[in-house]
Amino acid sequence: MGNDPSLVVVDYDAGNLRSVERALAHAGVQASISADREDLARADGVILPGVGAASDTMAKLNARSLTEPLLEYVASGRPFLGICMGLQALLDHSDEGGGQDCLGLLPGQVRHFGFQNLKVPHMGWNQVDWVREHRLTEGIPSGTYFYFVHSFYPAPEDSELAVGETTYGLTFPSVLARDNVVATQFHPEKSGEVGLRLYANFAAWVREA
Amino acid sequence: MLTKRIIPCFDVDRGRVVKGVSFVELRDAGDPVELAKLYDTEGADELVFLDITASSDNRSTVYDMVSATADQVFIPFTVGGGIRTTSDMKAMLELGADKVSINTAAVNKPNLVNEGAYRFGSQCIVIAIDAKRTAAGWEVFTHGGRTPTRMDAIAWAQEVVERGAGELLVTSMDTDGHLSGYDIPLLAAISEAVNVPVIASGGAGSPDHMAEALTSGKADAVLAASIFHFGTYSIREVKEALSAHGLPIRPVKELR
Repeated sequence: MGNDPSLVVVDYDAGNLRSVERALAHAGVQASISADREDLARADGVILPGVGAASDTMAKLNARSLTEPLLEYVASGRPFLGICMGLQALLDHSDEGGGQDCLGLLPGQVRHFGFQNLKVPHMGWNQVDWVREHRLTEGIPSGTYFYFVHSFYPAPEDSELAVGETTYGLTFPSVLARDNVVATQFHPEKSGEVGLRLYANFAAWVREA
Repeated sequence: MLTKRIIPCFDVDRGRVVKGVSFVELRDAGDPVELAKLYDTEGADELVFLDITASSDNRSTVYDMVSATADQVFIPFTVGGGIRTTSDMKAMLELGADKVSINTAAVNKPNLVNEGAYRFGSQCIVIAIDAKRTAAGWEVFTHGGRTPTRMDAIAWAQEVVERGAGELLVTSMDTDGHLSGYDIPLLAAISEAVNVPVIASGGAGSPDHMAEALTSGKADAVLAASIFHFGTYSIREVKEALSAHGLPIRPVKELR
């Protein structure tokens, strides 16, 4: 018991919260769902899920006074995983809904796919090519397919942040990482076996960290 | 490259999967959760459950089925049938469905599309359009294909997308259940009229039919029931055949 790391999924009423919880359970990972800043302060690993709109996400995080605890957690250097909107929320600003300031943990913008007659949302299974190694993606081959649903894509200022890239109209970084922070634009909890593997990798990283 | 999706569809009646031939004759094809798990391992890209009875007295069976599926299946799935309000949508999404499909209720109250998209995001609002050929084009039908609306299917597709639909599930009532191919002109007309993904439905009898829907029909995904449920083709066989046609398809097995 005493050696089990504390993995917290941030509860801010995100649409995919239960799916993330179920996928973690299926991958054999114990996690608690919490909006309590004390739990975040004590956590060994934190997952920020998310789906939907940037403005709604930031409003909900603010309404539950989660912004500061999240920033403090990340500053502590412990492992952090963002999923979909939980990735986009890490950047400085999103163009969604007329413009929305985000957490500013990673320098950059979130842009709309609206060009080249592309169908939006980018919905379905697309390939992710690794551009560098990361603990999160161990044992998963480059070019693996993951499930995406999003209308906006991350455009970080520093292209070195990219761990994985995906092409839809343009090539964008679909996995970002810096120091203890890693985030995926796709939904591991909806990407079958490979997605469960990614959550297991995150849990292993948390255990070792 | 974004792949074309292969989507088995389960028509569910009191917790069992059935498939109608032109919406009338029904045959039992199994337990939905077990089928969902099987199709997940076989390489299905998504799943759709349509509660065809959708009477208020069997809602709890559907809720149980959605929850059990979400516990055991880790690919996206859509639930449709009997969803009339944003509360119905919320219940399904909270139980673990990724998307909800709305047909009759959207026709009766188009603003439901706007409300659902606003509250839950366009990505989880699928509008199902049942269309039947007329002299002039295609007419929208509701209530499982029983009620004509006098609405033009193409215009309706454009309207629901403007209102916030994130995806369209287009079923031809003329071809549904006949295993003789999708209504390609209908699919192409709708795909060209909107910029959201279109799922082709109604008439799949072979991988060639699916290839036609994804090329000439310009669809983003193909839905089928009978050919999978009765074992005519496995998902793997369909995917291999579509790959051989040169279509972008997610291979069945990813991790060794």
